[in-house]
Amino acid sequence: MANSIADQTAIVGIGQTEFSKNSGRSELQLAAEAVKAAIDDAGLQPSDIDGMTTFSLDTNDEIEVARCVGIGDLKFFSRIPHGGGAAIGVMHQAAMAVATGTAETVVVYRAFNERSGRRYSVGIAEGIVTPDLIHWSWYLPFGLLTPASWVAMFTQRYMHEYGCKGSDLAEVAVSTRKHAINNPNAFFYGKELTVEDHQNSRFIAEPLRLFDCCQESDGGTACIVTTVERAKDLQHKPAVIRSAAQAAGADQENMTSFYRPSISHLPEMDLVAKQNYEMSGLGPDDIDAGIIYDAFTPIVLFQLESFGFCKRGEAKDFVKDGNLEVGGRLPCNTNGGQLSEAYIHGMNGVNEGVRLIRGTSLNQPAKNDHVLVTGGVGVPTSGMILGQAS
Amino acid sequence: MTLDPRKKQELEAKIQSYVGVESVVGTASDLVNEPMIRHWCEAMGDDNPAYLDPNRAKDSVHRGIVAPPPMLEAWVMPGIRPEWTLSVEELEAQGRTIHKQAELMNVLTEYGYSGVVGTDIEHGFERYLKPGDQVSATLRIEDVSEEKATALGIGYFVTVKRSFRDQNGDEVGWNRFRILKFWPAEQPAAASNDAAPSANPTRLQPPRGHDNVWWWDAVDAGKLLIQKCDSCNTLRHPPRPMCGECQSLDWSGVEASGKGTVYSFTVLHHPKFPGFDYPFAAALIELEEGTRIVSNVLGCDPADVYIGMPVQVSVEQVDEATKLPIFRPVK
Repeated sequence: MANSIADQTAIVGIGQTEFSKNSGRSELQLAAEAVKAAIDDAGLQPSDIDGMTTFSLDTNDEIEVARCVGIGDLKFFSRIPHGGGAAIGVMHQAAMAVATGTAETVVVYRAFNERSGRRYSVGIAEGIVTPDLIHWSWYLPFGLLTPASWVAMFTQRYMHEYGCKGSDLAEVAVSTRKHAINNPNAFFYGKELTVEDHQNSRFIAEPLRLFDCCQESDGGTACIVTTVERAKDLQHKPAVIRSAAQAAGADQENMTSFYRPSISHLPEMDLVAKQNYEMSGLGPDDIDAGIIYDAFTPIVLFQLESFGFCKRGEAKDFVKDGNLEVGGRLPCNTNGGQLSEAYIHGMNGVNEGVRLIRGTSLNQPAKNDHVLVTGGVGVPTSGMILGQAS
Repeated sequence: MTLDPRKKQELEAKIQSYVGVESVVGTASDLVNEPMIRHWCEAMGDDNPAYLDPNRAKDSVHRGIVAPPPMLEAWVMPGIRPEWTLSVEELEAQGRTIHKQAELMNVLTEYGYSGVVGTDIEHGFERYLKPGDQVSATLRIEDVSEEKATALGIGYFVTVKRSFRDQNGDEVGWNRFRILKFWPAEQPAAASNDAAPSANPTRLQPPRGHDNVWWWDAVDAGKLLIQKCDSCNTLRHPPRPMCGECQSLDWSGVEASGKGTVYSFTVLHHPKFPGFDYPFAAALIELEEGTRIVSNVLGCDPADVYIGMPVQVSVEQVDEATKLPIFRPVK
């Protein structure tokens, strides 16, 4: 592939604030703290940063964060839309900027008071916050107002077609909780969850129950992307970006792609998978661990199928027998994920992906050559494969 | 938060029994007097010498100071502790009795309609009051509305006419005051707020613009339309300005048969937003023409909705502000 970004760049620093229900400080402060922590972790100076990227939804202007942290001249800045779908879209931006020489060292950040401030769980119920007014007119008056409700519509159909049960979704929640038990940064540190607990929890939007939904959170995270050459001189083992890609599928809507011939799989995530495997030359059998975007349990099942870890409709079986836990076929969301660590729009998962490559996860699998990290589901999305330096 | 139907029935029987009831408000504690007139004029910013200047008033048509007409009710007002703020025991200790309007207000407050706001007032005046007049008032509860949905919350409008008489028993004026006694609407709930209201009356309105207003206008007229490309005849929903198949900008709306089946659905429980009765079913309906549409399935228990369920459209006024194509099971 001509001009591929494969293996050109690496994540060399990660930083984050604590995750909480009420940070007690501004989103800008969270962003500045996370960015500073990532620069420190990389062993760099703020003046080394010459590019920045974040989510369109982030309220922290790049130049404001730069002024806080003492980052000087910037040659690259960009934003990616579509909520959590941007999680790896921003990594893709950083990798493209660095691989092309547009910038040398890019900081990727995401910080919000998503629990104590504006909560995404209320969806569009506080009125229209996006310019795509017309799109929401088809859902607003019918009460389909929240992310849970949109995901529930896909999930019901998926479960109907493949005979998946609520107890299968529970397996995903239980696996993340097993990882969170060991993670002091996780909301569910030390707190066990059983399939029965999950099945006894109240419905939010049927078939989704309380424990099918992630933890709304305050917090900030950041990471630093630079060239693989420069990474060699830095203090941590680099997490090489083997591949990264974005995708929107045909007939895509923002969270409500209900009009495709089939709504029980994710064409956009299929395309993210195809691009990543082509770019990296890897396949599902090469992936040792996953950070699979888990704002809701069923979307983990959809993605396992998109990335070919099992056949379509068989994720309900794949998630059993501890396959998502350390020692299983694909240890997933070893930080506890967004279901049990915190919901930082997928970016806490990026940092965990880097820890898995470094070998420093609190739930470290023995084999860590390649780690898949994915972005949000139901929207135009993204994904990447991290690997070891050659 | 709202009353259960049984409690509501009980409340409405009670409050409707007040319609037509008359009651003595009371007799003014003080005769009409210049100091109180002056205070009222200062507070209202009224410097009419007919109310304030004895010398100039003497030369007016009134031949002396008169009270401003709008001050009429002030003469019989109960002071800074109105009766509805006092218990019956406190009132009796002060030698006061509770009039029927105050009693009615208390009933509504007891049932949760704690908010109060005056909405409008009409006045009528027979003559000017002069110092030395003694005003007394009676009232008649003219009307108690059905429950109304307002921006403040659900509530009842209470219309009361007061008649004011002088020491000779002659009518000097009247007013008709309308009050909304309401259940205060709560803010839209955060996701974890279990006490979310279902009382706030109407659903969120669909934003209308170039690309969809024709479709919603048809709903207003009782029709469910599907957009059809005039060039390649492909049907599409939701509507868009250009055909994704042939890029034609020409289209028309064709009326759907309204027959369809449930393709997927979710029963919504939480968070609870105003305008909806939870739990309820939002469904993706596959119309027999082949397009899909998100709507609600009403007319059955949400637990009885299933994928493949045959349904029929019904364009209905679901609340005061909202007309929607919803679907009902085919019997």
